[in-house]
Amino acid sequence: MSVSVYIPTPFRHLVGNRASVHARGANVMEALSDLDTQFPGFNAQLMDAQGHLARHINVYVNQVEIENLQGAATPLNDGDEIAVIPALAGGAGPTVMTPEMVDRYSRHLIMPQVGSAGQRKIIESSALIIGAGGLGSPVALYLALAGIGKIGIVDFDVVDRSNLQRQILHVTDSIGIPKVDSAKARLNAHNPNVEVVTHEEPITSDNAFEIIGQYDYVINGADNFATRYLVNDACYLLKKPLIDGSILMFDGQATTYLPGKGCYRCLYPAPPPPGMVPSCAEAGVLGAMCATIGSIQATEVLKLILGVGEPLVNRLLLYDALSLEFRVVKVRRDPECPLCGDNPTISELIDYEVFCGAPIPHREAPFGG
Amino acid sequence: MAITVRIPQPLRGLTGNLSTVDASGADLSGCISNLEATYPGMQQRLMDETGQIRRFVNIYVNGDDVRFLDGLGTALKDGDEVSIVPAVAGGS
Repeated sequence: MSVSVYIPTPFRHLVGNRASVHARGANVMEALSDLDTQFPGFNAQLMDAQGHLARHINVYVNQVEIENLQGAATPLNDGDEIAVIPALAGGAGPTVMTPEMVDRYSRHLIMPQVGSAGQRKIIESSALIIGAGGLGSPVALYLALAGIGKIGIVDFDVVDRSNLQRQILHVTDSIGIPKVDSAKARLNAHNPNVEVVTHEEPITSDNAFEIIGQYDYVINGADNFATRYLVNDACYLLKKPLIDGSILMFDGQATTYLPGKGCYRCLYPAPPPPGMVPSCAEAGVLGAMCATIGSIQATEVLKLILGVGEPLVNRLLLYDALSLEFRVVKVRRDPECPLCGDNPTISELIDYEVFCGAPIPHREAPFGG
Repeated sequence: MAITVRIPQPLRGLTGNLSTVDASGADLSGCISNLEATYPGMQQRLMDETGQIRRFVNIYVNGDDVRFLDGLGTALKDGDEVSIVPAVAGGS
């Protein structure tokens, strides 16, 4: 019988840092022995001196603890899923889905591409969203609904009435309160299982590493070029996947950067001079555009977490809402790129306000003025 | 020689709001000159003072970035599709 075995974080170093491995055996004990053959030392973590499962280890077959089945002799069928869950004292424990979660995520759980192993990966993942605005709103909402364990939100701004035409994280009663607080309340109202961490400050060269370093995935919903180059550079230097999106009027763009496979600088080596490309504040944006591009960004994050499908890597998706056309052009890693090229010259964060000739917006000048 | 050129929103003021226009030219440079003749101002939006493609504007021929082809010298033929894609920072 071939079964999949979910490996919790504390044991992953034993299995090549994988979250799931395959094992063979007619029952649980045989499968665990097979794992020990594949990954010597594995059973030493699970068994006591008598060769019994240690008491701080729970083993589940298809989400049922084996003490409720036939213990180590529990028979296995092809395709069964075993989970090995150690009790941990405090901190981020192993993910055991509560009945509430099983109910909540049932439409995920029934899909073979997600299942309980995939849902646990989602729950154990974290994502940082740059900007709780037009793009950040749908991204944050869909990731929270999907059950991402920790969502960080960076935004220094307060909710303005003019945001409400498109920023679905905020409501009329939120006007005047910090966007991160409005976002946290809305996200937790949708899914109280999600830990929402608020970073109420502009992201800058001084704090970018410290903030981005806390998360697995970064989603860009920034509204200015300086922040986009900053986030790009920080993500590459920290080896974090960056899921990028931008919108203007009726146009949208989206792409995913995986470290070493091209970056924002490969796509656009330099920003436009100030005033050359208008911002949403200057040219406007159709509110519903945010949902299209933001939803694609959220989908990309979930695909990366689940390891399914083809990520939007080395491809730039162009969305023209007026003609209702989606097109894809190629993104290549540029060997000449100063950040991720063959002879990089950027090895630390630079002054992005100088690079872009425009300030990073902050509370006193939210549009960079 | 008919080449289809896709015009991004910020440049449609020059094309009477057309999202695609026809142009001709044996290479990209010729195509831009032809666009400039029909839609004055286009060349200045796409190229800098030194005659190079602006670094925040990408031009694709059949989905390939011309920076990785022959730049302005990229050869064009009947039926090719040229896409102009400027960097856009909007997210809020």
